[in-house]
Amino acid sequence: MIINSRFFNRSELIGFIALAAILFVILPLSLDVFRLNLVAKYLTYAFVAIGLVLCWGYGGILSLGQGVFFGLGGYCMAMFLKLEASSVENTKIQSTPGIPDFMDWNQVTALPFFWQPFHSLTFTIAAIILVPGLFALIIGTAMFKRRVGGTYFAIITQAIAAIMTILIVGQQGYTGGINGMTDLRTLKGWDIRPDHAKVILYFVEVVLLFACIGIAQFIRLTKLGRILVAMREQEDRVRFSGYSVANFKIFAFCMAAIFAAIGGAMFALNVGFMSPSFVGIVPSIEMVIYTAVGGRMSIFGAVWGSILVNFAKTSLSESFPQLWLFGLGALFIAVVLAFPNGLSGIWQDHVQPRIDRLLASRKSKPKDGWNSVADGAPAE
Amino acid sequence: MFGEYSIGDLGSIFVMQGFAGLILFSVYVLMALGLAIIFGQMGVINMAHGEFMILGAYVTWMTSNLFQSFLPSLFSGYFFLAMMLAFLASGALGMLVEWVLIRHLYKRPLDTLLATWGLSLMLQQAYRSIFGPREVGVELPQWMLGSLKVTDSIEVPINGVFVMGLTVLITIVVAYVLYKSRWGRQVRAVVQNRIMAGAVGINTEKVDRFTFGLGCGIAGIAGSAFTMIGSTGPTSGQLYIVDTFLVVVFGGAASLLGTIASAFSISQTQSTLEFFMSGSMAKVLTLLAVVGILMLRPQGLFALKVRK
Repeated sequence: MIINSRFFNRSELIGFIALAAILFVILPLSLDVFRLNLVAKYLTYAFVAIGLVLCWGYGGILSLGQGVFFGLGGYCMAMFLKLEASSVENTKIQSTPGIPDFMDWNQVTALPFFWQPFHSLTFTIAAIILVPGLFALIIGTAMFKRRVGGTYFAIITQAIAAIMTILIVGQQGYTGGINGMTDLRTLKGWDIRPDHAKVILYFVEVVLLFACIGIAQFIRLTKLGRILVAMREQEDRVRFSGYSVANFKIFAFCMAAIFAAIGGAMFALNVGFMSPSFVGIVPSIEMVIYTAVGGRMSIFGAVWGSILVNFAKTSLSESFPQLWLFGLGALFIAVVLAFPNGLSGIWQDHVQPRIDRLLASRKSKPKDGWNSVADGAPAE
Repeated sequence: MFGEYSIGDLGSIFVMQGFAGLILFSVYVLMALGLAIIFGQMGVINMAHGEFMILGAYVTWMTSNLFQSFLPSLFSGYFFLAMMLAFLASGALGMLVEWVLIRHLYKRPLDTLLATWGLSLMLQQAYRSIFGPREVGVELPQWMLGSLKVTDSIEVPINGVFVMGLTVLITIVVAYVLYKSRWGRQVRAVVQNRIMAGAVGINTEKVDRFTFGLGCGIAGIAGSAFTMIGSTGPTSGQLYIVDTFLVVVFGGAASLLGTIASAFSISQTQSTLEFFMSGSMAKVLTLLAVVGILMLRPQGLFALKVRK
């Protein structure tokens, strides 16, 4: 087996350049700010989807609780923004000025202790990474050390997503309840609502997205990525070779959680609110379908999957709300039955060979033999 | 939190809440039985189980409407026919789904989860298009209304007692079918060793299809019973699916007794807690406890010792 010494092989490099060109140049030039903001919203899910590629596609761990981490990241960011928006001058009319409006409506008279540190941006940014990371570490350690995996893990993460939603909705006075945290205004005095701010936030998000793509690609290419694949295919053999399977799984799960949390934080910034409807079972499982549509083995595929499925959702549910659920349901079934490798699989099986043939017929040089185990079909 | 109640009051509270818990227990058991058969015996995660249950509920609703318009004299007995129709409808749909979808995915359990989730979305939308988005309620026959007075402070509703009786009956039937009948032996043989079962002449594909159909049919009966105590909407099934999966996993997937024990403990904990705190916190605490215990004891309460 040839270990790939380059960061991207040729087809990945083409994918990288194409994605970068579209996200950095073509979309900002061709779309108005409203549409660009929608793309920014779709891209927040791409963070989750990239995490799922690592965790599910490579590690074989299906988490149905990514919404929890998305929500944790989003709520951390939203708490900071909400505190800044509820300064004493802004909330003069409340019975207790200086606390968020929903607390005042729910007869909470003082800022709860766990809200206090969110006055600091540094703490908030650390919390966006650390809170979901630690939470994933606890869940992962408890589950994987006891060799719980597969379907059991999926069910338990799903239950955690359910618990989280009920908790957020139930504790209205501390979390904003079902409405979530709305009316987020400024970041360190910089208004996040006007058009030019939205464009800047979009670019910040795309840069972060490419950073995450880079990290994911790096993990994929190192020995770690290969062990993840080996573990997915033959867990026992990896264990007998002396690797600690549980630790690798915990690592993949934590990375996925952190990526999801970054996506959630960007969601709060770009969309301007955060609510429990992005935390529960339904959004969590929809995040899995973005990855599945893009191709569970493909990092770029995950980004495309998130954009396309969400684009379809926005346009279909606007004009034919009834068709959308049928379409989404059919998409789940089709992706599982007919295209287990998603769009990237279709690309690799049908488009790529033609391009290769075209190129090969122009210059009949021998092709280089980059291959990567990871690009094979998932066998489960 | 117990301060303001006397001992007698507390006793009545526990009995009444315990009874409310028993009704929840019945719904959990009926749903979890079907799921335990499908998940425990076949290893298939059926996320559309709630929708099979709701199909049973809609069938019951339609039957009651038919009786009301055409056979008002027999209305008091419609429920028994409705239950059978619900079983047949859900079971038939289950067998169809197994044939079209599930049988291709036996080796990929995580993918069945996604595929059946897709199925559940489509079924939900189908119910919404056919029966409308609003919840529908079934009119109960006269003899099911009212309540039995046990003592001065304790009253139990008759429909609750009926649903519980039904649950016990169905549990016994399922246990008999699985553990005593020839067909049940075949099912267990296929579960324990599919290749050997095939080698001794059991048609494993047929067994799979009937097992899946039976599980879905029981879900249909669950839906039928569900109409006795609540109203039915297109998304009612989804509300119960996670709880039911936890019940099955908590009980130990392949154990019928475990399923019942875990349904009992989860429903009782939840309804007792509900009296002392808000419903949402009661649910959060119950689910957290279950998840916590599962992290310590992942094999569930009653684990079968099987060689993998």
